[in-house]
Amino acid sequence: MTTAPVLADALGPRGRRRVAVASVVTGAAIAGLVAVAVLRLADKGQLDRAQWEPLTRWSVVRFLLGGLGNTLKAAAAAMVVAMVVGALLALGRLARASPVRYLAGAWVEFFRATPLILLILFSALALPRYGLHLSVFWYLVLALVAYNGSILAEIFRSGILSLDRGQSEAAFALGLGYWQTMLAVVIPQAARRMVPAIVSQLVTLLKDTSLGYVITYEELLRRSRSTGEFFHDPLQAVAFVALMYVIVNFTLSRIASRLEVRQRRRYRAGALGVTGVEDLAVVDAHGDAATTAKPTARAPRRR
Amino acid sequence: MNVVLDNLDLYIQGMRTTVVLTLASFGLALIIGTLVASARVSPIPPLRVAGTFFVETIRNTPLLVLIVLFFFGLTKVGIRYSPLVSAIIVLGIYTSTFVAETLRSGINAVATGQAEAARSLGLTFPQVMGIVVLPQAFRTVVPPLGSVFIALIKNSSLASVIAVKDLTFQADSLANATARPAAVFLGAAVGYLVLALPSGWLIGRIERRVAIKR
Repeated sequence: MTTAPVLADALGPRGRRRVAVASVVTGAAIAGLVAVAVLRLADKGQLDRAQWEPLTRWSVVRFLLGGLGNTLKAAAAAMVVAMVVGALLALGRLARASPVRYLAGAWVEFFRATPLILLILFSALALPRYGLHLSVFWYLVLALVAYNGSILAEIFRSGILSLDRGQSEAAFALGLGYWQTMLAVVIPQAARRMVPAIVSQLVTLLKDTSLGYVITYEELLRRSRSTGEFFHDPLQAVAFVALMYVIVNFTLSRIASRLEVRQRRRYRAGALGVTGVEDLAVVDAHGDAATTAKPTARAPRRR
Repeated sequence: MNVVLDNLDLYIQGMRTTVVLTLASFGLALIIGTLVASARVSPIPPLRVAGTFFVETIRNTPLLVLIVLFFFGLTKVGIRYSPLVSAIIVLGIYTSTFVAETLRSGINAVATGQAEAARSLGLTFPQVMGIVVLPQAFRTVVPPLGSVFIALIKNSSLASVIAVKDLTFQADSLANATARPAAVFLGAAVGYLVLALPSGWLIGRIERRVAIKR
């Protein structure tokens, strides 16, 4: 994955020597940068034991793990509901009745184009005025669903449209109705192709739960801020939490790309490489620029 | 809707800040992203490893965590900038990873023969990249880069958390001051649409302009 088969060919002795020298030089330069950073941290007393000690206490770690739990809880709830909403919206956009199509289309385009933080503020500040009193958890989940439902709808839609037309035509020819065709033929096949894109979107959603911070939901980031303020170690507390995010998300991303590779091997059609608008998990395939370079979620425009 | 019209100047101020924030951080992201993408395909192993590490760490951390870490954490080591500059730096770094990944897929999409021909003419790696491969890669990735740009317009709203007076910040304070949150936030959403739609149109134009006829 990290090799560059296209840009450099097998090296001769001189080339190898040059690469070796360059490796040593850049390696030294990178080590130098790291050393400068570490020295700077030490110089300002950020590597002192006292600064890190709170993070070794079980009570603090438990507090932060609780935050991680809240983050995962919000992400899971939002993902489940958003999948349902997204599926309905996708079917709406593909419906034969044009009012349904336009309504679903307008809904998707509006929520996809609005910054999530606005939706969260709207849900927490405006909804109570209309008599909808919920916990911060549900305000956050609601906003996440509104946003991610639209993005998932686009993933679902492009997944369904990526399927060969012959599939549904054959189903219709066999006398299946619209719903039978969808449920028995189209969706099972499309769903398989969409799995990697959905997992990548889950990573995005998980990252987005950190916006619950703004409306004081007790998720990971807010708890790290409280810890940082309490022990006067904001740098350590937030860096620690960033590491937790990286571990969780990196694992999920890995699963997504593993699934994608497997998928591509199994079906030559290829999985959807793009996760909507936010995260362009662009797939590096060799050759075909049209499929790699275009955001697939938007590709199937009506011609 | 009167709340919005009466405070139109606030909205416009906010939008101006959002535009500055977006353009400045996109410029930064293009520079860093190009360097990182080049590092990730370079023949020098430490550069490749460093590039991969950078992309994977930054991309898997929530943007808001990065903003908070930079603004509240790094002050402790004497890295202090105004909220606007901090937001530009963090948004630029965060977006650069998406630019780098997009560009890398574009680099892989450039026909192998191009790099081979360049090499056989005796060009060095930086020359191969700079003169032959990157210009073609950029042209193929205009649409996904456009999506990155539009995502950046939306992401710039997170700067409001560290009190950058962008569109979201203005809307939030207006909502608190007027107690009319629904209209105020709807106005802000329209404001973002007003920024995103022309960008989309412009990206489409650029795409057609630079498209490689095959």
